[in-house]
Amino acid sequence: MVNAGSELTGITAHEAQDLLSSGQVSSVELTEAVLKRVEEIEPQVHSYITVTQDRALDAARAADEARADGKAEGPLAGIPVMVKDNLSTEGVATTAGSRMLLGYTPPYDAYVVEQFRSGGAVIVGKGNLDEFAMGSSTEHSAFGATRNPWDTDRVPGGSSGGPAAGVAANECFVSLGSDTGGSIRQPAALCGIVGMKPTYGLVSRYGLIAFGSSLDQIGPFSRDVRDAADTLSVISGHDKRDSTSLDTPAQDFTSSLTGDISGMKLGVPREYLVDGMESGVKAAFEKSLETLEGLGATLEEVSLPLTDQALAVYYIIAPSEASANLARYDGFKYGNAVNDVPTAWDVMDQTREQGFGAEVKRRILIGAYALSAGYYDAYYKKAQQVRTLIRQEFAATFENFDALVTPTSPTVAFKAGDRMDDPVAMYLSDVCTIPVNIAGLPAISVPGGISEDLPVGLQFIGPQMGDGTVLRVAHAYEQATEWHRLKPGI
Amino acid sequence: MDRFLADELTADEVRHIAALTRLGLTDDEIETMRGQLSSILKVFESLQQVDTEGVEPTGHTTEVRTVLRADSAQESLEREGILKNAPDSEAGYVKVRPILG
Repeated sequence: MVNAGSELTGITAHEAQDLLSSGQVSSVELTEAVLKRVEEIEPQVHSYITVTQDRALDAARAADEARADGKAEGPLAGIPVMVKDNLSTEGVATTAGSRMLLGYTPPYDAYVVEQFRSGGAVIVGKGNLDEFAMGSSTEHSAFGATRNPWDTDRVPGGSSGGPAAGVAANECFVSLGSDTGGSIRQPAALCGIVGMKPTYGLVSRYGLIAFGSSLDQIGPFSRDVRDAADTLSVISGHDKRDSTSLDTPAQDFTSSLTGDISGMKLGVPREYLVDGMESGVKAAFEKSLETLEGLGATLEEVSLPLTDQALAVYYIIAPSEASANLARYDGFKYGNAVNDVPTAWDVMDQTREQGFGAEVKRRILIGAYALSAGYYDAYYKKAQQVRTLIRQEFAATFENFDALVTPTSPTVAFKAGDRMDDPVAMYLSDVCTIPVNIAGLPAISVPGGISEDLPVGLQFIGPQMGDGTVLRVAHAYEQATEWHRLKPGI
Repeated sequence: MDRFLADELTADEVRHIAALTRLGLTDDEIETMRGQLSSILKVFESLQQVDTEGVEPTGHTTEVRTVLRADSAQESLEREGILKNAPDSEAGYVKVRPILG
């Protein structure tokens, strides 16, 4: 038997699956070990908004019974996982990190939650996030900030800081986040784990609380690339309830992990080495490029000049879509309403005033302004036109390259509080991840070095539907390095 | 265009957008937002340098078509599960305040 301490909770999901299938550990034992770890570590990290202990143990017992009956199938059967709290869970509070949704209990599961349940995964709880997934530090959660397991004075990144920190701190084996402008990849980088944003439409958004609908995509966090590929295979697939779900057959992404990238052409876009990039991040990146060359890939510098416009395009389009998506929170249908006011209009004004935090208000205002009469052409339409040009620039680049390689974040994890009063500085955290969402591309961040004793992320970007390709390159890089084996000391 | 894009927002403009979006902001919030929104709008100025003459706008990055399902009755979510989330309900309906008159 394996000891139920942090050693057991710190292995990968596929290693845990090996222990389950060989009978060395049960799902109940695995889940109890994770719950114990959660209890010990949560006061310092705060990855979870809600821990569903009883439900998790019930699911673990069911997984053990299914296994005893020979019915345990798939990579996540019996594995303790976390989902971000903007993913709807039937009968379990779903807050999106907002006071606005206090008291709300979804009457249905998100598609990805259905896929997790039918795959036998044990959902331990709901992960913390910046309110409505708007932020890059998880400090904008109405339920308190998540801290970085590598240094609890620092942020874990965001907006999926809870799911990222939870995997890094051994509070679950795999988790799901959502990525609108980098909300999976940036926290994965800052927490020293793997995080992937799939091609837009590959994973159904049914049951994801909407932020920027043309940009949002759900994806996995994990301790290695194999677990990311396994999890993506579980959560991808066509779903009629999301009109943007791609009508493609189910895929086995794990088979993409050949370990061989010799002869592949990788582009290194110079615009991603932005002003203000930390020297330690740049040094780690350059070392990673050498590693990739050593694996037989051909690297070539490439220029994507419109990268410099991506931040502006994003901070017009995402808030515009958000201002429309968040119009539904009116105090009548669900959540936390202010009712002791005279008129229906006052209910709306005061419910939204008291229910939304400052960052959400900022984005609603910016979005409504960009969409308003007189400014629509100058802001929203202009941003959508530049979005077309950015897509074309990527498409032309991918005629010559299999994938692009860039740093994930210009800095390592920053100190809590540092960027809270300066929205533009916070927005710059995502300068290397945002272009990917604008063009609907797949991208992954993997551990790619250490700077100032903190993790550095390496990002691979592929063409649309090139999810298998980015997984293959990331896996080959990971297998040639030891960065993914480093753990926070917490 | 009503005004030069680089201008700072006025408090009245912030109040106007807040009213459009049903955000009952306090005067302090209006002033903080005025400064912050103005600095965010400055980031957007660079877009004016890009030539977009004749470029089609992108709404979605993948082809999105309207798909109609078969016109047949299907099970929907349980009414009870939905109504229990509403602050007020009556006789199986969400109850809201009158907005006319």
